[in-house]
Amino acid sequence: MKIAIPVDEKRMDSPVCISFGRTPFFMFYDTQTKEATYFDNSAFNTQGGAGIKASQMIVDEKADVLITLRCGENAAQVLKDSVKIYKSIEGNAKENIDAFENGKLNLLTEIHPGFHNHG
Amino acid sequence: MKKLLILSGKGGTGKTTVASAFVKFFDNYIFADCDVDAPNLHLVLAKENKPITNDFYGLEKAVIDEDECIGCGECYNKCRFDAIEKMVTSFKVDEFACEGCSVCHLVCPVGAVKMIDDVAGELMLYNKDMIFSTAKLKMGRGNSGKLVTEVKKQLPADTSERIAVIDGSPGIGCPVIASISGVDFVLIVAEPSLSGMSDMERILKTANIFQTKVAVCINKYDTCVEIAQKIEEYCKDNNIAFVGKIPYDKSVSKAINAGKTIADVDCKARDSLMNVFSNTVSLII
Amino acid sequence: MKIAILSGKGGTGKTFASVNLACVAQKAVYLDCDVEEPNGHLFFNPQNITKQKTTVLLPEINNDKCDGCRKCVDFCKFNALAFVSGKVKVFDEICHSCSGCFLICPQKAIEEKPKQIGMVQTGYFNNVKVVTGIMNAGEASGVPIIKDVLKMSDDDALTVIDCPPGSACTVMESIESADFCVIVAEPTVFGVHNFLMVYELVTLLKKPFGVIVNKVESFENQMKELCDKNQINIIEQIPYSYELAKLTSMGKIAVEESEEIKKMFVNILEKIKSEVKG
Repeated sequence: MKIAIPVDEKRMDSPVCISFGRTPFFMFYDTQTKEATYFDNSAFNTQGGAGIKASQMIVDEKADVLITLRCGENAAQVLKDSVKIYKSIEGNAKENIDAFENGKLNLLTEIHPGFHNHG
Repeated sequence: MKKLLILSGKGGTGKTTVASAFVKFFDNYIFADCDVDAPNLHLVLAKENKPITNDFYGLEKAVIDEDECIGCGECYNKCRFDAIEKMVTSFKVDEFACEGCSVCHLVCPVGAVKMIDDVAGELMLYNKDMIFSTAKLKMGRGNSGKLVTEVKKQLPADTSERIAVIDGSPGIGCPVIASISGVDFVLIVAEPSLSGMSDMERILKTANIFQTKVAVCINKYDTCVEIAQKIEEYCKDNNIAFVGKIPYDKSVSKAINAGKTIADVDCKARDSLMNVFSNTVSLII
Repeated sequence: MKIAILSGKGGTGKTFASVNLACVAQKAVYLDCDVEEPNGHLFFNPQNITKQKTTVLLPEINNDKCDGCRKCVDFCKFNALAFVSGKVKVFDEICHSCSGCFLICPQKAIEEKPKQIGMVQTGYFNNVKVVTGIMNAGEASGVPIIKDVLKMSDDDALTVIDCPPGSACTVMESIESADFCVIVAEPTVFGVHNFLMVYELVTLLKKPFGVIVNKVESFENQMKELCDKNQINIIEQIPYSYELAKLTSMGKIAVEESEEIKKMFVNILEKIKSEVKG
């Protein structure tokens, strides 16, 4: 199973980024190989539709699960068919992955209307 | 840290006047000015300070290389934003109308159109004796939503019980939506006029979408007591917290002109504002 | 003649000036370009209203023709397209209607369909044709609506353009065709600061302009100091008056209620006319 988490830094004990669309990096963790790879978030500096662009990458990388603090409605639209979204808890990325594997995380149910940032 | 956002819907109601006084009342000097089109807070709270500045990049903009342009007009024909001007033998991009879509870049048969980084504004952080985040959008630019988000990001994100004051922008558009998200409490400053009430209702609708805690106060209430009353009744009927009203007071403009906030001047407005402040704080905590 | 009324910040008295100026002309068209928060109609209460939709074109994907090459998704600078479950998904409110995806699709699988983003309402009050632009909340840009509002001006009438506050793209669009700009400013330190922004805009577009200083009180008038220092033309200084503030709050048109105010606005209009002619 592949888990995606928005992170502030490229390491396992990085804090989970409070933003999804504008996180600097995404960690992709493979539960089988127990390996983590890090991708720059191409939506980091984008003018608008950051959530859409970021979630496109999550879908393209074939993540099964996304653990995030919050998610906008446009991003949720992109993710809904193939990715399950869980709400992150306090703690770093590794702690969140452990919590997920122990069945301690809840599905993210509050999808916010998004920022509709644009010119 | 909790964030208190001051909004109004309509311009000129006194957001900045209220926000600046609140910063003084809180006495923790952590605040932001999200009115990136017309920032004013620094004029009363950071007059002598120099901020750290950073360029803010908006959308890329198109630029046509005059020498490479063959004057075919394909860009001019396809531009949806009337952003291409016909010159004598070539075409030129109007940087203010250009939205950075890159269609001209796509259709140019000779590659004469380049997309370049555009500095759309300036982010500023005052960090001497205060943490004050603000920004200024360049003229004619339209990307204020993202810049507002950048302004808020410059505020510290800690778990203290401190409350940061954010002076919001007028209107109901994207910059306002961008400023509301992630905020703990919204205080709406209403003006007792038909326009003011109409705009207050629009902003309440917007705040409602985000399910943020909201309260309303009325500024310069005695310029029209009848409508001030209507606003109070509206709040009561719609279960919206009403935290007080401030009278019109000449001392306010005098103070602002002298680079002070109402908090620094002993006057009727200050007393009423102090009351609004206490009522608001008791709702946040 | 087209006169645009603008100001750096909200609440200075743009609508107050625009509405009253339109009312003292023989025949006028009032164009409310503050499409996010149009207020002029509250004063005029226009009758015989006709409505016109403002639409923009949005892409519609023909999934039978689409082969999933994703060129449209990669092209879109606004990230309004995503490729999900083998289909291209369009996010309407993010789309800027640039037509890029329509142009780039190698299979010609994209068509453009109209979507309403706002409307223009036209009504009448005495000698004034009242045109109000209204943007639907959350839309990308008010510029298409402003363009539709501006089309409603008449050649044989005085056109008064009530602009949105600030100096963003919507303001630029509103004053583009104006013969003269009136900048309304407050005599305070905020007023001066915000005046300077709009002053920059008006100078850049090489528009002849004049200033109305509004809500002047007995203490120092920072705008007058600035204008005198820089030889900027002050058309009128309007003193703050409780009565005027109250009238305006109640949605009354000042020139209809007070002979004095009517004289003042007739005078302002004459001054502007002579500026434009001379």
